[in-house]
Amino acid sequence: MIVPNIHELIVEAPNVAGSIKPGQFVIVRPTEQGERVPLSVSDFDRKAGTITTMFQEVGESTSKLALLKAGNEIPTFAGPLGVESEIENFGTVLLIGGCYGIGSIYPIARALKEAGNKIYVILEGRSGYLIYWEKKYGEIAEKFVVLTRDGTRGYKDHVNRLSEILEAEKIKPDRVIANGCTFLMKRVSDETRPMGIKTIVSMNPIMIDGTGMCGVCRLTVGGETKFACVDGPEFDAHLIDWDEFLQRRKTYNEEETEPLRRSGSGTEQHMHHVCGA
Amino acid sequence: MAEEKKEKKKKIRPDRLPMPKQRPDERVRNFDEVALGFTPELAIEEALRCLQCKKPMCVTGCPVEIDIPGFISCIAEGDFDGSIRILKEKNALPAVCGRVCPQEEQCEKLCVLGKKMEPVAIGRLERFAADYEASQGKVEFPEIAKKTGKKIAIVGSGPAGITVAADLAALGYDITMFEALHDAGGVLMYGIPEFRLPKAIVNREVDYVRKLGVDIILDYVVGRTRTVQHILEEYDAVFVGSGAGLPWFLGIPGENLNGVYSANEYLTRVNLMKGYLFPEHDTPIKRPHKVAVVGGGNVAMDSARTALRLGADESHIVYRRSREELPARLEEVENAEEEGVIFDFLTLPTKCIGDDRGWLVGMECLRMELGEPDASGRRKPIPIEGSEFIMEVDAMVAAIGNSPNPLIPQTTDGLEIGRKGNIEADETTGKTSLAKVWAGGDVVTGAATVINAMGAGRIAARSIHEYLTGAESSEE
Repeated sequence: MIVPNIHELIVEAPNVAGSIKPGQFVIVRPTEQGERVPLSVSDFDRKAGTITTMFQEVGESTSKLALLKAGNEIPTFAGPLGVESEIENFGTVLLIGGCYGIGSIYPIARALKEAGNKIYVILEGRSGYLIYWEKKYGEIAEKFVVLTRDGTRGYKDHVNRLSEILEAEKIKPDRVIANGCTFLMKRVSDETRPMGIKTIVSMNPIMIDGTGMCGVCRLTVGGETKFACVDGPEFDAHLIDWDEFLQRRKTYNEEETEPLRRSGSGTEQHMHHVCGA
Repeated sequence: MAEEKKEKKKKIRPDRLPMPKQRPDERVRNFDEVALGFTPELAIEEALRCLQCKKPMCVTGCPVEIDIPGFISCIAEGDFDGSIRILKEKNALPAVCGRVCPQEEQCEKLCVLGKKMEPVAIGRLERFAADYEASQGKVEFPEIAKKTGKKIAIVGSGPAGITVAADLAALGYDITMFEALHDAGGVLMYGIPEFRLPKAIVNREVDYVRKLGVDIILDYVVGRTRTVQHILEEYDAVFVGSGAGLPWFLGIPGENLNGVYSANEYLTRVNLMKGYLFPEHDTPIKRPHKVAVVGGGNVAMDSARTALRLGADESHIVYRRSREELPARLEEVENAEEEGVIFDFLTLPTKCIGDDRGWLVGMECLRMELGEPDASGRRKPIPIEGSEFIMEVDAMVAAIGNSPNPLIPQTTDGLEIGRKGNIEADETTGKTSLAKVWAGGDVVTGAATVINAMGAGRIAARSIHEYLTGAESSEE
């Protein structure tokens, strides 16, 4: 666990590490009976053949992943999936990350920096102790800004203060990239729309195969149906039907928490179904 | 001899033997296979109905040209080992085909006996022979030719890929199969339900291919993990059988409401991810009370029958034409009817209606009538004005087809793609516009049958072999 409830998982997967590009994701199964879970990627090492993912523990599958120890194996680690991020010299790029997004914007920020962009980063969290990787960002960003709901670090509140922050910090982005929970990305989109700044978000719908077959990851972008696993996961934030997306993400909320009610999550017995519940 | 034949002819039963099946009221509560299969006695009795025609019309209806009278005559003589040997000469997956081929459109349609009586139950006999071999536990393997030293990459472990693998492995090629999902079999695994095609059988057929020396790599997404071009640097030929892709939706308002699925999603949750065993298996599936499946093909029947097994009080097939035009395999339509699926013919949904939390509560539908045949040769459905009505449902499954999988078309430079997103491939060879790349199955034709995919696989395997042995005609 890197900060409370966010886990860093580094997996040896040379096939994936060899070809992955910033912005792509992976699909993972923690056990043979497990779900196929899409996870964003926060770093990769082609030489070592490893992929780093950050995820928040929120339900059955992420609980199982959180229990993994060095040396364990998992049955599925498929990828890289999705279309890679557009990496070009846009000029100045602002990347905003919250929760697992603080990790997943890293490969994109790094690549954009290599392409000649000036990088600014906003790291958002409920409280100061949930912010991580400041050092990594300090090495590549012109400036990084911390934003916490409770004001224990950096600016207090949420990305609703975005235009204020941009002015105060004198950040004039040509492009904004936001990763994290849906509310964060939607809010960033709402803030940047009147500013007319192109904003790219990495969408996180429910997925099963992740290879362009089942259609559950569909969302409406610019009035058209797009599929996050093969057309995305990145899309133009201002074109997305956010309400529909939020509604679709809730489909299995009940089922996702049901196993957690049977017995405590995050216990060895729970993972191996030993308790007989 | 002529007298014997005459005698046999006199004794031919006009009706084919019915397939023993689980009772409808029982089978809607389980996912076990519906059809129980012939016993050896029943198989011999049915096999004796075959006229052993000198010019077997049935063979011309078989996409892989099985020697049908040949395998049937073995069964008639009680030589079951002989029958499976003949079957496997042409068909790598007889246990699968015996269960899922639309025989009524293929071999059985042309059966000469069928002109005056019911056709020989060819599919049931094929299934019997395959199952018999498996039950004896001694599966025969073909003789593997001397190793050629050449390597073939196959993208996709569905019926097309499996056929190419089996054919070319026997010819001495080194085969590697790349499968994007975590289980091999393609649509046999994720699409066709357990009660129609037990996964143990699919696993058995895949294992057979493994035992021929084929290397199957799972969780490997060609097009992303590695591109086809990259694979060509290491292999002498590539066959693309990546199959189905994004589902078609009706394009009506409300199709993104919670509770609206594509059949691909619905069936994948149940078949591949074993959602019906939630929470022992982690992938959830909703168990709606009233389900409307829109469409009329095998996928629609599978979805409607799956809904019943998940406990739906009512499961509907909503189809815009009539029963005659249903493209589904006849036996599955009959099974669905027996199980209590309600058929709403001449009905077209025009809108999905949701509650204030975004959940589907109903569908607005229009009644249809049939006009003149359209381009597909089927009578065109025409809306009856003013016939709108609301059907209360809490789940809708769109089972109206899908486009070919987009991954290879999108990531392979120089590969000619058709208007519908399909890979363009020559019908007689399976060759694509890219050198050393062949393709077949749903990724080329759009959604079709298992046996069509196998036929395409057979054609491509033959062409690959000719290419690699230089046995092709000089014109390349």
